[in-house]
Amino acid sequence: MRAARSRLTFSGRSSGADKLFEYGVLAIALSTLILVWGLVLKLAVDAQPSIDRFGPGFIIGMQWNPNTEMFGALPFIFGTLLTSGIAILIGVPLSIGIAVYLSELAPPWVREPLAFVVELLAAVPSVIYGLWAMYALRPFIAHSIEPFFMSFLGWTPLFQGNAVGLDKFTAGVILAIMIIPTVASVSKETMRAVPDSQREAALSLGATRYETTRIAVLSYARSGIFGACILGLGRALGETMAVTMTIGNANRISWSLLDPGQTMSSLIANNWGEAQGIQLSALIEIGLVLFIVALIVNLFARLMVGRIMKAVPTTGGGL
Amino acid sequence: MNTFAYRRMKNRLASFAALACVVLALIPLVYILFMVVKTGAPAISWGFLTNRTVGTGGPGEGIGNAILGTLLLVFYATLMGLPIGLLTGIYVSEYGNNKIGYTVRFFNDLLANFPSIVIGLLAYALVVNFLQFGFSLFAGSVALAIIMIPIVSNTTEEALRMVPNSLREGALALGVPRWRTVLKVILVNGKSGVTTGVLLSVARITGETAPLLLTAFYSSYWSTSLKEPVASLPLTIFRNYNSPSKELLQQAWGAALVLILIVLSINIGVRLFLRKRTGKGKVVKNWKQRLSLRT
Amino acid sequence: MEAKIVTEDLNAHFGDVHAVRGVNLSIPKNRITAIIGPSGCGKSTLIRCMNRMHEVVRGARVTGKVLLDGKNIYGPDIDPVMIRTKVGMVFQKPNPFPTMSIYDNAVAGLRLNGEKDWKILDETAERSLKLAALWDEVKGNLDASGVSISGGQQQRLCIARALAVQPEVLLLDEPCSALDPIATAKIEDLLFDLKSQFTIVIVTHNMQQAARVADFTAFMYLGELIEFGDTKVIFENPVKELTEKYITGRFG
Repeated sequence: MRAARSRLTFSGRSSGADKLFEYGVLAIALSTLILVWGLVLKLAVDAQPSIDRFGPGFIIGMQWNPNTEMFGALPFIFGTLLTSGIAILIGVPLSIGIAVYLSELAPPWVREPLAFVVELLAAVPSVIYGLWAMYALRPFIAHSIEPFFMSFLGWTPLFQGNAVGLDKFTAGVILAIMIIPTVASVSKETMRAVPDSQREAALSLGATRYETTRIAVLSYARSGIFGACILGLGRALGETMAVTMTIGNANRISWSLLDPGQTMSSLIANNWGEAQGIQLSALIEIGLVLFIVALIVNLFARLMVGRIMKAVPTTGGGL
Repeated sequence: MNTFAYRRMKNRLASFAALACVVLALIPLVYILFMVVKTGAPAISWGFLTNRTVGTGGPGEGIGNAILGTLLLVFYATLMGLPIGLLTGIYVSEYGNNKIGYTVRFFNDLLANFPSIVIGLLAYALVVNFLQFGFSLFAGSVALAIIMIPIVSNTTEEALRMVPNSLREGALALGVPRWRTVLKVILVNGKSGVTTGVLLSVARITGETAPLLLTAFYSSYWSTSLKEPVASLPLTIFRNYNSPSKELLQQAWGAALVLILIVLSINIGVRLFLRKRTGKGKVVKNWKQRLSLRT
Repeated sequence: MEAKIVTEDLNAHFGDVHAVRGVNLSIPKNRITAIIGPSGCGKSTLIRCMNRMHEVVRGARVTGKVLLDGKNIYGPDIDPVMIRTKVGMVFQKPNPFPTMSIYDNAVAGLRLNGEKDWKILDETAERSLKLAALWDEVKGNLDASGVSISGGQQQRLCIARALAVQPEVLLLDEPCSALDPIATAKIEDLLFDLKSQFTIVIVTHNMQQAARVADFTAFMYLGELIEFGDTKVIFENPVKELTEKYITGRFG
């Protein structure tokens, strides 16, 4: 659509006011860009003491001890990746199911209102998700879900320990719920974009609705769906409040999903108030690591999905 | 014939599974709304809405200052973020068919997806640290403004793109200077899309917590000073969510109710408004599609 | 002449639009029948009723009967999925599956039915691609994407794909309208070869094509079947005045 727009040309000179306006608007447009990158640089400077002291070993450092002033990022990178991984594992299949329903199966009078309601999931502020997770989700997981998994997976390192509920598993589950609107909506749009001629081709061969969706729609839309998942991953990585309120706040690496943990963002959220000096520097360095990781993931997602995700007022109440 | 029955069964199972996914996803939404209303409603009273939080859990506490704080934060954030976002969107849409425009657009897409705690860090670096404002209402507003800008910019850009070229060319042909065309003709035409974007971004920043943790902190007092920390609804929830004090916990639920009411009414209101206008021309129709997308 | 498909008082609607009105048509077995008529006369809708593709569109309705070998395909216990394996279809714009190779496209129908035996799949691929006169052109390149070949080749691939499930009837909805004359000629030639094994119904807006290819021709106008008969008769000696007017180009 953009490309089709004719290039408006002016027959000669524009008036002074026009030029002023144009440059003014340009300046403002660039200002955010410059400001943000400038601030990133400043953060890098603020993190310098930590970078100097711990060097590249920071990334694999396993301790976070304000007393001995030994800081390392590994437990939190681990926590972030693990919880996001759980979120994707649980959230993506659900989202694709929802997208398939909305795109292929729902009767037209159901489609719109239902899509709207799914999007409302995105409007709920993250801190309220956390509150609900604390008092509704966690007991349910601790009393029903985790014992269920423990009963046959208890011998694996993933399910050791007690099911209290304030752990990486719960954090992963709430994250899964939070990424559903994103992944489902973008996937749905990708599927709707598949031309009907593809569906007709499959149907005319004697395919059932399910088979048609599988071979004509999902295959065709797969790169878009994959992009949607990466978008969801990006959201999960950066999510702070709901995770902070459910993950149990333990600065160590543990493979068991039933053990508490910490993500990069929850670490910052939990420790910001009291941090000073080298600890503050280290926290900022963690923030930078998070920033870089989220940047890379979102860049990748952007490449896959293109501009579909643009122009979306992210109504999600905070990460 | 055997395979047919098998395939038919798979088909039915698949349809059922898809529907089950939908139901499963809706359960949390319904449950959350239900729980917030049920647990938060008892807390609501006139006193609750007008007293300030003291933090001790004694009688007579309320979230009045948190409500005020949230309103102030949103107000100042919008004051800063709206014009910048709007003008950026105008730039990209009207003047941005070039490398710079592309870069700005690309960058805004990325910015819209930054983790909000990172944005909090940026605002901290700028206001608390560099400008030496300390934890303050101003810092919090800056953080929220940074979140708002790319959203408003993107939605403005999309809204303006929808405005048909014929309008632009017509105005120019009449000799209207370009800057006037943009402001008076194009912007006016795209205003429903722009307004929608602004409102939805307001709903978004109202619920933001993480950036405020790093910038505006919290205050138990009535404060309108830009230089002081300020209370807010989301932070009231966060501070008290695992408090052993029943009263403080109740505060959290009450704040949650107020917050979710604000956020959801904006969201539902905006989309109902849009739905009414659907069919009234291409502009809005495309908007509905876009809004159904989420980053 | 034995009839393969017989429609009895067939009516088809899109919501309020009455696209096919009371059509009684007898499609002869193992022959090529063309359906001609001006745009919007309902010919595409008519053949889509023959493999129950019409009802896939929301708001679409069918009344009347369509008998395949004497049995009504709209009977209460009949699964449309089964009908579509017996009555195949090729569409106006070639629509091979882009994420599949030529080979996979050709055997897609078989795989749906659960066929896993490589030998059978290979044989079927070769057989149907040969039937569609595409084998020689792609046999060295079966792994190439289904959309990497030319438009005419893609359409022949779609024909091969439809033939691979061994339908009894092949419906073609303006199969050549998106193709150049050479590709069109290739497809017309292969239709001649196919009719000994299949019953063929071809919708075309190109009268000359009907005259070239079809044994029988049906002329439709505004949803009604105006005339049906031997192609030579329709073109040289039509009974109805409307038919004559159309054939002589008085309207189009």
